[in-house]
Amino acid sequence: MTEIIPLVEMHHISKHFGGLQALTDVHLDLYPGEVLGVLGHNGAGKSTLIKILAGAEMPNEGSIFVNGHEAHIGNPNDARDLGIETIYQELALCGNLSAPANLFMGRELQKWGFLRKRAMRDEADKALSRLNIRIKSLDAEVQSMSGGQRQSISIARAVHFDTKILIMDEPTAALGMEESKKVMDLIVELKKRGLGIIWISHDIHEVYNFTDRIAILNGGRNVITAGTREFSQDEIVSMIISGKAIERDAGGVAQ
Amino acid sequence: MKSIERLKSQPLTWIILVALALMLTLSFASPYFMTLGNMTNLMKQVSIVAILAAGQGIVIISGGIDLSVGSVLALSAVTIGWLIEAGVPSGLATIGGLAVGTLAGWINGMVITRGRIPPFIATLGMLGIARGVALVITNGVSYQVLDPLFLFIGNSKLAGLPIPLFFVIGVYAVICVMMHLTVLGRHVYAIGGDERVARLEGIPVDRQKVKIYMLCGFLSGVAAVVLVGRLAATPPSVAEGIELQAIAAVIIGGVSFAGGRGIVATALVGALIMAMITNGLNILGISSFYQQVLIGMVIIAAVWLDNLKSRSG
Repeated sequence: MTEIIPLVEMHHISKHFGGLQALTDVHLDLYPGEVLGVLGHNGAGKSTLIKILAGAEMPNEGSIFVNGHEAHIGNPNDARDLGIETIYQELALCGNLSAPANLFMGRELQKWGFLRKRAMRDEADKALSRLNIRIKSLDAEVQSMSGGQRQSISIARAVHFDTKILIMDEPTAALGMEESKKVMDLIVELKKRGLGIIWISHDIHEVYNFTDRIAILNGGRNVITAGTREFSQDEIVSMIISGKAIERDAGGVAQ
Repeated sequence: MKSIERLKSQPLTWIILVALALMLTLSFASPYFMTLGNMTNLMKQVSIVAILAAGQGIVIISGGIDLSVGSVLALSAVTIGWLIEAGVPSGLATIGGLAVGTLAGWINGMVITRGRIPPFIATLGMLGIARGVALVITNGVSYQVLDPLFLFIGNSKLAGLPIPLFFVIGVYAVICVMMHLTVLGRHVYAIGGDERVARLEGIPVDRQKVKIYMLCGFLSGVAAVVLVGRLAATPPSVAEGIELQAIAAVIIGGVSFAGGRGIVATALVGALIMAMITNGLNILGISSFYQQVLIGMVIIAAVWLDNLKSRSG
């Protein structure tokens, strides 16, 4: 196998909140053009792990490499500068602001501290139409829009700024079937462009059909990281619950 | 038609209509209300609360509150008086007063963001501290300020309008530009809308909050400059309870107490409405006891109307 540099490598990540050990010596790697499913039941440490990668939490121990270089991610802006974008489970938009204002939140186009409103509006318009996202008005408050429209704006925002790594935390949980499918189509497109995508979901069916590899966490520890199709759905579910890796001797890769 | 729709959805439109209706009613009720003398008087009366309400409006839109504006005003005023008493030129004394106000705001901001103290508590503390320091500095005595600069601010007119009015106009012009055209203003709305989201999206929430409280403190200093001009003295116990008037002006103006919604300019109209009620009822010879009752009812009615509007919208 030729050496492909992973987009992301996380080594020996540990995190505790006071006395609560959330993560213990966790590893994770992500390659260009793949969707990595991160699985585990509530409290398994999935959210904490991705928050560390996104700069929303700091690990107590461990190191992160992005494109083979060690990265120090101290806040969300550091992560963004490295091309890491996150779409959170809860729709992370300010309901009282318009779509363009949300799209550029935290990195407003400006000149001497003044907003370049027209430029942002035009660019938001382009970004949304490129992804076939239709909203009734660019000036309307985001709060007045449907869950699907808001999630679309989140995605448009996430991929707009030269993104290499996209973290999606339950991106379809708040959406209907039709809207979920649209999101999936969008992801396939992004995958083709060579983005690495981390997909966190409870929907085992969705994960099975949609991811290239899976990483299972249990009690804040790695259970297994392997190709998705090396296991059946039932086996994956049992690993999530038991926290024990199923050994594969023949056919698959022994872990 | 579309422009009418837009106008109707503007919070400023509604509050100005209410103010005009009130003005009309009062001018019919008393021939003395609409006189030049009374209007000038009204403008002077409203100026200090209006300037404080501008700062308060920004803080409330950002999802916070500043209870210390009255005390910080007193501390700034006392600083000015004390410096002038010590022979410092009035220009430098003014800068000193503004600096003290800004410093108090900075402390508020740092306590709130670094100390993780809720704004209500932090600024309640500052309410006591600033007032106390003002009393300590002066030993409870009021300095007389007979400096030409402050006499000019308090008593002169420019183009027929009292000088404090120009302070109000200047403050609101700058604040409107800041809130609607700058990155800081956008961040105020984002933080007030959803602080967690703002943080996740990389807005330096703590830094911006410190700026917001500094600005509010600075505006308390500006209000102090006007007050010193008007009183020609700096009693350390001045403007007690004025913070509640500033908050009331912001709320009557229609700014949401939950944050993220509203326009600072409406606070000016809110302050005007309160001043007109007080002034109008004085002219009509109605007891000031009733004025308090009425203003209280207006505050509740303003929020109630706002709720109705957002429910129907």
